[in-house]
Amino acid sequence: MDRDVIIQIEKADSFYGTKQILKNITLNIYAKAVTSLMGPSGCGKSTLIRCLNRMNDLVPRFRLEGKILYKGLDLYSRDVDITDLRREIGMVFQKPNPFPKSIYENVAYGIRIQGVTNGEFIDGIVEESLKKAALWEEVKDRLHESALSLSGGQQQRICIARALAVKPQVILFDEPCSALDPMATAKIEELITELKKNYTIIVVTHNTAQAARVSDFTAFLYLGDLIEVGPTGKIFTVPQDKRTEEYLTGKFG
Amino acid sequence: MSKRKLDKRMDSVFKAVGLAVTLFGLLVLAALLIDVVMDGYQRISWDFFTSYPSRKPEQAGILSAWVGTLWIMLTTALLAIPLGVGSGIYLEEYARRNKLTDFIEINIANLAGVPSVIYGILGLGLFIRLMHLDRSVLAGGLILALLILPVIILTTREALRAVPSSIREASYALGATQWQTIRHQVLPAGFGNILTGIILAMSRAIGETAPLITIGALTYIPFLPANPVAFSPESPYIHLSAQGFLDPFTVLPIQIFNWVSRPQKGFLTDAAAGIIVLLTITLLMNGAAIFLRYKNQKRW
Repeated sequence: MDRDVIIQIEKADSFYGTKQILKNITLNIYAKAVTSLMGPSGCGKSTLIRCLNRMNDLVPRFRLEGKILYKGLDLYSRDVDITDLRREIGMVFQKPNPFPKSIYENVAYGIRIQGVTNGEFIDGIVEESLKKAALWEEVKDRLHESALSLSGGQQQRICIARALAVKPQVILFDEPCSALDPMATAKIEELITELKKNYTIIVVTHNTAQAARVSDFTAFLYLGDLIEVGPTGKIFTVPQDKRTEEYLTGKFG
Repeated sequence: MSKRKLDKRMDSVFKAVGLAVTLFGLLVLAALLIDVVMDGYQRISWDFFTSYPSRKPEQAGILSAWVGTLWIMLTTALLAIPLGVGSGIYLEEYARRNKLTDFIEINIANLAGVPSVIYGILGLGLFIRLMHLDRSVLAGGLILALLILPVIILTTREALRAVPSSIREASYALGATQWQTIRHQVLPAGFGNILTGIILAMSRAIGETAPLITIGALTYIPFLPANPVAFSPESPYIHLSAQGFLDPFTVLPIQIFNWVSRPQKGFLTDAAAGIIVLLTITLLMNGAAIFLRYKNQKRW
């Protein structure tokens, strides 16, 4: 099957101060598919995903060498408006982090800060986003209650709805289920599978089973190196590298 | 005796000593409070609040003192809150860490500990001698504002630092700018703690005497600062005036200080009554601060 490449990572090296985190990563991300970045703690998978929406800019002494192209455009060039970029490439974090505001305001925030004030329009976006995040039925009668009153899994889906509300092309998931129980995890994974019809999705996980369940492509990172990447079925059945095989069979990680 | 037994005994000894030390402090405080209340309570009446100071102790009141305190507090708040919160936001959120900001930071922390009389002397030189503000409400407010500015800056920074980075990240990830993130997420989340800090700082300012005496705030004021708002039956009906800020003033602690130093016994009763009023205000402010802090113990 032919797929469009939406993000090209070319020879990316990244550093925190003098410490090198990512080493010469070259990786293509395909549009409207789920790509997993898998690997043990400290392998650089979170650093890599945070390069894609330039979240690492917030970290003092962070440095990136090499190129990351989004639709052919260098993400780190001077012409890129970082706020526009982050609207195109949304993110869901490891720990559910809803704002300490109402459910409605959480989802509406992203479009409000773009200057949208039309109440009906915002209502529509909120409903649509919550529906896409499979949360509408659960919260439609309590939109103005605090988002913090929801369960962990619901909070994470609020965060997904919040990301969807600004109409991104790509959604980055940074270990979205690591703070959730198995039931909530299953719901999020189901949602990811549903969302890939319309969005490009990148999931960071150290959970091999999760990578196998949700992703079309899997990249295995280890100590800052990209060891292996390919279609998920292939990586899991015939891994080319010994380290991938050892990780998948639970010899380390 | 085994080591274990000895440890246990030390435990109970320490508990007893700790309790005694705590009680000692509380008892002394309680004794002082009771003494003041016993001395002053019979002077507390409507007349006491609506009379100017007088040569006759039984006719003397705190009208000019509490109105003056209100004026000074208003001036201090108007000056210190925007400056303090603004600097706090800048230092915490915008300023880069370098030698200069480190230097500023150390100095702010030091300023918070400078004795208030020093601020008074600074004010005397700067606001009165140099800027010719005279012994006005504005001069007093400026000095107290300077005095509490470092405290407000420090508590603002602490309040902002307590807002978890996950909230900021979430906001940035949705395409918010830094100012939008601060304005819509960080400030509201830290608001309760900032307010608590402001109230505590103000309650420190309300009891300050030394710096105001240094600039020569008068102790006998039989009039009030000009009303900022006046009404008239003809157009334009409402008259606004800033004259009050330039009028002389007295405040509660100065009035109390003045009464305490009088030889007549009756003035001591007046002083005690004044202390009760001042203590009640401070207590209410601190109570409000504690309540706010309690209410804002958010779990993220």
